[in-house]
Amino acid sequence: MEQLKTIGRELAMGSQGGGWTGQSKEFLDLVKSIGEARSKAEEDRIILREIDSLRRRIAEPDVPRRRMKEYIIRLVYAEMLGHDASFGYIHAVKMTHDDSLSLKRTGYLAVTLFLSDDHDLIILIVNTIQKDLRSDNYLIVCTALTAACKLINEETIPAVLPQVVDLLAHPKEAVRKKAVMALHRFYQRSPASVSHLISYFRKRLCDNDPGVMGATLFPLFDLITADVNSYKDLVISFVSILKQVAERRLPKAYDYHQMPAPFIQIKLLKILALLGSGDKQASGHIYNVLGDIFRKCESSSNIGNAVLYECICCVSSIYPNAKVLDAAAESTSKFLKSDSHNLKYMGIDALGRLIKINPDIAEEHQLAVIDCLEDPDDTLKRKTFELLYKMTKSTNVEVIVDRMIDYMISINDNHYKTEIASRCVELAEQFAPSNQWFIQTMNKVFEHAGDLLNVRVAHNLMRLIAEGFGEDDEGADSQLRSSAVNSYLRILGEPKLPSLFLQVICWVLGEYGTADGKYSASYIIGKLCDVTEAHLCNDTVKAYSISAIMKICAFEITAGRNVEMLPECQSLIDELSASHSTDLQQRAYELQALLCLDSQAVESVMPLDASCEDIEFDGNLSFLNSFVQQSIEKGARPYIPESERSGTFSVSNYNSQYQHEASSHTLRFEAYELPKPSPTPATPQISVSTRTTDLVPVPETTYYYTENNQASKLPPVSDASSADHGIKLHLDGVQKKWGRPTYSSSSSSTSSEKKTNGVTRIDGVSSQSRGTLYDSKGQQSEVSAEKQKLAASLFGASAGKTEKKLASTQRAPKATTAIAERPGVTRAVSPEISKQKAASSPPPDLLDLGEPITTTTPTIDPFEQLEGLIGPTPGPSTLDNSVTTSEQKAPDLMTLYTDTPPSSSSSISSALGDIHSADKNSQMAKNVPSVKKGPNPQDSLQKDATARHVGVTPTGNNPNLFRDLLG
Amino acid sequence: MIHFVILISRQGKVRLTKWYSPYQQKERSTVIRELSGLILSRGPKLCNFVEWKGYKVVYRRYASLYFCMCIDPDDNELEILEIIHHFVEILDRYFGSVCELDLIFNFHKAYYILDEILIAGELQESSKKAVARLIAAQDSLVETAKEEAGSISNMISQAI
Repeated sequence: MEQLKTIGRELAMGSQGGGWTGQSKEFLDLVKSIGEARSKAEEDRIILREIDSLRRRIAEPDVPRRRMKEYIIRLVYAEMLGHDASFGYIHAVKMTHDDSLSLKRTGYLAVTLFLSDDHDLIILIVNTIQKDLRSDNYLIVCTALTAACKLINEETIPAVLPQVVDLLAHPKEAVRKKAVMALHRFYQRSPASVSHLISYFRKRLCDNDPGVMGATLFPLFDLITADVNSYKDLVISFVSILKQVAERRLPKAYDYHQMPAPFIQIKLLKILALLGSGDKQASGHIYNVLGDIFRKCESSSNIGNAVLYECICCVSSIYPNAKVLDAAAESTSKFLKSDSHNLKYMGIDALGRLIKINPDIAEEHQLAVIDCLEDPDDTLKRKTFELLYKMTKSTNVEVIVDRMIDYMISINDNHYKTEIASRCVELAEQFAPSNQWFIQTMNKVFEHAGDLLNVRVAHNLMRLIAEGFGEDDEGADSQLRSSAVNSYLRILGEPKLPSLFLQVICWVLGEYGTADGKYSASYIIGKLCDVTEAHLCNDTVKAYSISAIMKICAFEITAGRNVEMLPECQSLIDELSASHSTDLQQRAYELQALLCLDSQAVESVMPLDASCEDIEFDGNLSFLNSFVQQSIEKGARPYIPESERSGTFSVSNYNSQYQHEASSHTLRFEAYELPKPSPTPATPQISVSTRTTDLVPVPETTYYYTENNQASKLPPVSDASSADHGIKLHLDGVQKKWGRPTYSSSSSSTSSEKKTNGVTRIDGVSSQSRGTLYDSKGQQSEVSAEKQKLAASLFGASAGKTEKKLASTQRAPKATTAIAERPGVTRAVSPEISKQKAASSPPPDLLDLGEPITTTTPTIDPFEQLEGLIGPTPGPSTLDNSVTTSEQKAPDLMTLYTDTPPSSSSSISSALGDIHSADKNSQMAKNVPSVKKGPNPQDSLQKDATARHVGVTPTGNNPNLFRDLLG
Repeated sequence: MIHFVILISRQGKVRLTKWYSPYQQKERSTVIRELSGLILSRGPKLCNFVEWKGYKVVYRRYASLYFCMCIDPDDNELEILEIIHHFVEILDRYFGSVCELDLIFNFHKAYYILDEILIAGELQESSKKAVARLIAAQDSLVETAKEEAGSISNMISQAI
């Protein structure tokens, strides 16, 4: 039957002629056979055959252009059905070069569908796009702009940006509109490239054509989202535009289902919601128009409801006002009472927004909400859970979380399961009425969704059990712990448990299993051994388990009791000592070593209930300084930081925060230094060391030397180098901050060697390597500053809370426990801080065991250094006042749409003239931001310098430029 | 922002796909498979929205064809529903009471029309007239270009 219909249709089209010209019978047959294919496999076979034949034919010489066009469309078809047609991409690219619009359009269509914006072929299209943007046929320009939106990436934006900007003044509104949309896309790709064009967007807001005005709302929305405060002056304009739209003053063509330009209204409402958020004065302007729209919008049509919903969102976002809030509540209740599931869904969402302002609104809708919760429609149910999540208080938490868990157990969708599980956890942590309930809830969540949860959730739970609920009541805390232990021991009987849950259980049993004296050590150890047996394949659980056993043994020894080793425990230790995992091996050996210690040593290694205490460690390894120094004196090769070894120079190195992402993969473009023949027959190590010393800023030694043997020759060296540097790079304001005398001191640290070797020349070092020297110095000192800050915040917090500040002698034992806990349990350290630590600190804790000497480093105040590093931050962007004033005329301008008075538009354009010229200035500098991806910092710095010569200063029109350059 | 537009038939056959956010070819297949499983199985009276991997998918059924758009979680679903309808109305006007077969055989034209309505995942034109005018201009230009070699196009574009 369907086949008949297909044929009939085909005949009809054949007679129609116009609809389907130029396509060969072959292609029609292909589409038809795909339509008739009964299975996916059959479809795949057909397409693969087609691709084979296309591959052959497309490569033939002299394919007629029309034929090629069809091939390209057939390729599009094959890709659409999920097959790879990459062999034909290049032909599509070629087709964009064609003169005929018909072929060009096909080429662009295919290219936009085929290529992602990081594809290698993009570079071949940029030139064509550039050419087509200059075409005097506006349709070609339109096609090129559409393609630009899809294909132009961050790197190629500068190539087309000037032309796109010029097109903003194109006589055809379709071109202006697409140009605005293209700039919107560019902004999304790389905000810095377009940020200087803000005034253009403001101007386009007053465009004669409503389509262009509507399109301008998109970039403005993005800009306002990024920085609300710079656009507060536009509130009045937006309000008056919205008002006039709502009063039907736009052309009829923009009406949609009897609503006046609803899509524009919605976008305007979104923008106003942003602008009015938390701003009483701005909100004051908005209330009236909102009230109007609430009154005028008919809730019978879908689009009317869409606008109403957006109004509600706006009301809930801006500064509250009783009148509009009432109107919003009324609309919401209409949504909720509706029969349509869509509207109920929107109503639930709207209610969730409104209760943030006034929780009482929810009350009258209780039944409707319950109905939605029971509804068989999953989408509605989930939305309702979201609402409940927002409504949760300590009074209703038990009901809501129980409901959520029940639902969580019933679904299979892992993504949502994860989300709802973490919400349950969050609510339970926040509102739990009792410890008992909390532990039970967490058990349920972990049992059913344990493997989906973030590891951090588990760590939070452990921390919570360790720290208690923050009350000073030790009794409550220990009650919480023992109830946790009880329930975990019970749960361990279950056959299958998620590994994350097992980790929590092991940890808690290890810390608190024997704490209340209810269970004997051997009982707990037995249980822990069972865990490892039941989960043979999971190393992490084993690690937790063996650590827990170690803790329990330690507590027993400390308490003066004898630890008798259970046979299964002994066999576990034996097994793990021979494990493939070195981590497990180490733990096993540590346990064995611990069993041989006397009780006093054990107590300091594994103190009772010490999980909340902070562990101090010295990330700079300053205690090794003397050792390093000795080795260097003996002629060892100094350490070269990794960043220097690979010879990476990246502008972002100026700021250490971006160093990790940016510097690791750049190519080195400079030639390597010529090898210098060592003049004296020195030992090979020494000659190597002399060559590289200039690159070596081992920070601690540096400090050490600067403090101790502050040689008189030192300042001149550093001065000379910094001056040299300055001349090379034309960077006055910046480099002085970096040119601290300490930076070049590393070269002086080995100066004694130099003398003995007779090597006096330092100028073999290029200014670049010196540049990196400064960089890496900067990084290191900043990192250490960060760490100190971290430490300060850590210690400050713990001192305030527990007053168990660590004596420095305790540090070594603490470090051992830290190692024992390695698989991720950072004690007492709040999650984000621990993350930072993981990111910033080298892995020195193992070495930390050795010496408990803390400070041999003469401390240079890290904060002071930090201040220096930040350097000259560009001032806040100063927007032209003239723009503001011109925008305030927007209200009158809007009348253009209906009764075009020509005078007002001309006055505006003259008013905007000077902004235009001001922007041209900054336009000249817009190529510079693109440089930031380039691998060569010197180039970009030089460009920066030329930009300065041109007269663009950091505090001028384009502050982002410098922010990008400096990282 | 609209991340992608997919048209699938009731049998799960793909009629049109347009991706505004980057997806690899493999991901695309998975997305289509997952979504068609999710959407085609839904009953008639349920919401036209589906939550999917942190995004929302708004779909609307016309005869045997499902129009699906994937959007951000904070977008207005009802608006997207109407954008779909807007698209369908323009298709309808262009093809003259559109049916699935029009789209099957003229998928590239549907792409051209979609390009005039959505750009970079946003609604660029809400006036049906403006879209129709532009498409007609392009078509007539293409038609003439077929007869004569491109040079005449400039004259026509000026005449329009």
